Amino acid sequence: MTDHDDAVIKTDALIIGAGPVGLFAVFELGLLDIKSHLIDILPKIGGQCAELYPEKPIYDIPGFPVVTGQQLVNNLLQQIEPFHPEFHLGEMVVSVARHESEQGIVFHVETDGGKRFEAKTVLVAAGGGSFQPKKPPIPEIDRYENTSVFYAVRQMESLRDHHVLIVGGGDSALDWALNLQSVAARVTLMHRRDEFRAAPHSVAKMRELVAEGKMDLLFGQVTGLEGAGGQLTAAQCKGMDQATFTVPCDRMLPFFGLTMKLGPIAEWGLNLHENLIPVDTEKFETSTPGIFAIGDINTYPGKLKLILSGFHEAALAAQKAHRYIYPDKRLLFQYTTSSTSLQKKLGVNG
Amino acid sequence: MAFNMDKSEANGGANAFNYAESTMTDVTFIDHSGESRKVPATSGMTLMEVAIKHQVPGIDAECGGACACATCHVYVEPEWMEAVGQPASMEEDMLDFAFDVRPNSRLSCQIKISDALDGLRVHTPVRQS
Repeated sequence: MTDHDDAVIKTDALIIGAGPVGLFAVFELGLLDIKSHLIDILPKIGGQCAELYPEKPIYDIPGFPVVTGQQLVNNLLQQIEPFHPEFHLGEMVVSVARHESEQGIVFHVETDGGKRFEAKTVLVAAGGGSFQPKKPPIPEIDRYENTSVFYAVRQMESLRDHHVLIVGGGDSALDWALNLQSVAARVTLMHRRDEFRAAPHSVAKMRELVAEGKMDLLFGQVTGLEGAGGQLTAAQCKGMDQATFTVPCDRMLPFFGLTMKLGPIAEWGLNLHENLIPVDTEKFETSTPGIFAIGDINTYPGKLKLILSGFHEAALAAQKAHRYIYPDKRLLFQYTTSSTSLQKKLGVNG
Repeated sequence: MAFNMDKSEANGGANAFNYAESTMTDVTFIDHSGESRKVPATSGMTLMEVAIKHQVPGIDAECGGACACATCHVYVEPEWMEAVGQPASMEEDMLDFAFDVRPNSRLSCQIKISDALDGLRVHTPVRQS
């Protein structure tokens, strides 16, 4: 043990992004005795496969004539289980910095949740970037963001005794309407139509509260905001019949799903090309030695944004990562079908 | 159709596509500033695929056509609403994630191009996400 701060999580490899490519990287690194931690901004594992199309069939994974996004994620989790990857979910990486230490080059990585990592190598498997809440194109909404308009609720208490307008018709909108109903002075739920995609029991509960007069339900869309100095006083709205009306409120929570933004990757000092990270096609290494980029986030001549391409990239990046982590060890190329040493790592050879 | 007379577009290179087997139609995308782009489309493609193929701005299509993101939202011109048809319930659900949804709102990944849509005109919103 060294005398470094205990709060810093040390790892051989830090994988940013827990989508299919990040998950498979755990496998390829694991075969080379490289231990991985993974960070993802989503509260669940699987990236786009889990967030955008868990139920949709994928037809171009080698060996699987058809597999859904979630099945693929589940299979990958089973496949990497022998390597005991550690996940840090719901965290966005805000900074990656290269440092020289007495053991060589290390990377210091920090998340928005305050977690700190020290890694010998970093693999950016961030797909389309980070999933972030969609922001409605309401004029001047940015003037109210983080003072009156919030896209996520960190602390329910911060909304106590406020008049809260929740906009949307999915699970997030319904869950927060129900949770905040007893905390806020008044909750108004606004949705564009009288149908909700949310869990049926949440919808039923919401309708019950509305019938009891404990919260309000309105149909329409927000078109403008009223207020000053970041303090919201009302939302201007339009019904599906185009009639306009005003809803007094001092907090607004829009829930319109997630969108992919490059996010802080642009600030990590890596060369970028049209929001993608250029890499070589031998090691899939970025402009910063020791940082790799694999999967949809990278670019090189002939790049195809396919999951299978990302798997290949993970395997080759792992080879080079081995040179950083075990500079004195010679790397023997081995097959899982025949190598007893690889089979031991996989737990399939007594 | 009456809209074949439209002369306002500048995408001259787009008629290089010529598939002997498939029927070509024209569709026009009009962005929020009023600029219009007429591009050729092949029957069987989705309107979203046509937009991506011709790099029509205003269509993000983040999910690649899985009806999972609502970033390929378009407004169908009223004359075309009947020919295009109404959204299915899955698409209607996904439109909940779009902004400024109107009675003529559709997701372009769910509109299949056919001969009946030759001359189709749609408007793209200010912002998809």
